[in-house]
Amino acid sequence: MTVTWAQRRKARLDDLSAGRSLTSEAFRRLRREPAAIAGAVIVGLFVVVAALAPLIAPHGAAETFPQLQENLRPGAIPGPQDGFPLGSDQLGRDFFSRVILAAQQTLLVGVLATLIGLVVGIVIGTVAGAFGGWVDTLLMRITDVLLAIPSLLLAISVAALAASPSQTTVIIAVAIVGVPIFARLLRGSMLAQRESDHVVAATSLGVKRSAVVLRHMLPNAIGPVIVQATLTLATSILDAAALSFLGLGDADPARAEWGLMLAQAQTYLDVRPALAFYPAAAIIVVALGFTLLGESLREAIDPKGRR
Amino acid sequence: MTALLEVRDLQVAFTRRREPDTVAVDGVSFDVAPGQVVGLVGESGCGKSVTSLAIMRLLPARGVRVSGSVRMDGTDLLTLSGSEMRARRGRDLSMVFQDPLSSLNPVIPIGLQVTEVLRRHRGMAGDKARQAAAELLERVGIPDPRRRLDSYPHQLSGGMRQRALIAIALACQPRLLIADEPTTALDVTIQAQILGLLSELVRETGAALIMITHDLGVVAGLCEAVNVLYGGRIVERAQRHRLFATPRHPYTHGLLRSIPRLDAPPGEELEAIRGSVVDNLPWAHACAFAPRCPRAIETCTEVTPVAETSGGRLLRCHNPVPANAE
Ligand SMILES: Nc1ncnc2c1ncn2[C@@H]1O[C@H](COP(=O)(O)OP(=O)(O)OP(=O)(O)O)[C@@H](O)[C@H]1O
Ligand code: SF4
Ligand SMILES: [Mg+2]
Repeated sequence: MTVTWAQRRKARLDDLSAGRSLTSEAFRRLRREPAAIAGAVIVGLFVVVAALAPLIAPHGAAETFPQLQENLRPGAIPGPQDGFPLGSDQLGRDFFSRVILAAQQTLLVGVLATLIGLVVGIVIGTVAGAFGGWVDTLLMRITDVLLAIPSLLLAISVAALAASPSQTTVIIAVAIVGVPIFARLLRGSMLAQRESDHVVAATSLGVKRSAVVLRHMLPNAIGPVIVQATLTLATSILDAAALSFLGLGDADPARAEWGLMLAQAQTYLDVRPALAFYPAAAIIVVALGFTLLGESLREAIDPKGRR
Repeated sequence: MTALLEVRDLQVAFTRRREPDTVAVDGVSFDVAPGQVVGLVGESGCGKSVTSLAIMRLLPARGVRVSGSVRMDGTDLLTLSGSEMRARRGRDLSMVFQDPLSSLNPVIPIGLQVTEVLRRHRGMAGDKARQAAAELLERVGIPDPRRRLDSYPHQLSGGMRQRALIAIALACQPRLLIADEPTTALDVTIQAQILGLLSELVRETGAALIMITHDLGVVAGLCEAVNVLYGGRIVERAQRHRLFATPRHPYTHGLLRSIPRLDAPPGEELEAIRGSVVDNLPWAHACAFAPRCPRAIETCTEVTPVAETSGGRLLRCHNPVPANAE
């Protein structure tokens, strides 16, 4: 008893004398982690490219060029040439510009879908974790069912329900996949918070229930959920690309989208494999970047790997 | 004098499916007069924290059965609705916990944690609340209180944190403060300061204090009346000086003999109480302390000793230490 107290006190004093808080400690660990650096660099590059895509891309996504179209024939798509670093696509548009502009679509869809999933998941997880009882049981049964369905299958089912596929249906479908993951994770850490000393202490001061939940439990419980959001961004991007690939996405030819580009490139695989390679590589690298960053964030925040 | 708090026959049992209930507190009764400092003493696991949590109604609703009554100003706290109880907590009665670091919200500055109670129970807001919070921090001896309002708990030392917790607990001038081992997590030098501060503050504000501790040394400097708890029951109660002068219960006697004393003749060894709390017998047909008791007689393992009161003292023992011993 006395020993444990002494030890805990000592550990705490060590932490304090080193003058770091939990967060700065986590960042210190992150900076030494090659995977974290690689992930951060990829994600950073992707975000910059996506945000500045209209400035970087020399041409529009729908713009066609006679000098490219001239050379388009069955069995031949013009390769890289002056002004068109990656050559033409199957319709005589600048392939390089389209790959770059698609980054913006991907970022938009991925971030929106993840954000919507995050917000809905936080609401459900908070309600379940804060109130417990039958509300919790009901909500968790529903999330269990959703979690039992493979994520891509779930996204496809939701997207297929929509009357006409569009960017919005893709975002909603992908968001729904994230909801049960966030809800479960948050509910778990909310339950842990409920028993924690500072929540009991706040309750002992007569703090209102809503304030106990929103001010004392939620901010302390949300860390793992935010980390999870980084990881979910990767799967959201993959799922959104897959939906477009399967023709469940935005069919507007004026928009460039990696998944759709990949689907259309299939016909020309033996003619010009680059048409498939670049979108595929982009999807994989970006998803990898978010996964690396998310995993190292999770480890940095909790080195023991609790999940 | 009428009591501020009357705890009567308080029983707390933890229930688990397909397992027998664990009775953690078993028929505890005691009074606290306005402004009185009452000690609740006993070793680890004897039910001190559970008693205090039951009084504050902070035990989880599920898996716990609480019976008896806890009357404050004549109102039984155990029968109040949840919102009525929330309105009283922090205003009429509040609590200071053992571990000051984990008892503060790590992501909120200290100042907001003080103003939160002021806002809740006093309707204070903005600069007025901030001013009051700074004054409270100053009152508990936190240097540079204005700047400290913006500090996070991890930026304070252990002693400072406990001072902040005390400031928060006393912010709305409750008439009853429960302190559950408030110094156990602190360094020895800090412990004395915190105890001094507590006794000073309760004297100043007129609040009554229930001091929970396993350390009779803490009780010695602070409490008027002392309840000794063993195995979830009060085994002895007396005014502090009488308890220290003539402990009647063998357990209390043993506790006192195990405190190091500066005036003890050199070479005299400290006596430890044999065994540990896990050796407990159930109280059902015996004295729970019997396996560890040097004065145990045959009756002790056959008949439950009942609490007898005489001359303002309570004693639960078949074979107490003679009053004129020592
Ligand atoms: N949640 C629980 N479930 C089951 N039993 C419990 C629970 N909490 C406490 N108990 C039991 O209640 C008894 C009293 O516990 P309590 O925490 O009140 O002891 P304490 O006197 O405060 O000890 P300490 O000095 O270690 O704080 C313990 O023996 C323990 O077994
Ligand atoms: S009742 Fe018996 S066993 Fe219990 S404390 Fe008294 S003498 Fe010891
Ligand atoms: Mg305790």
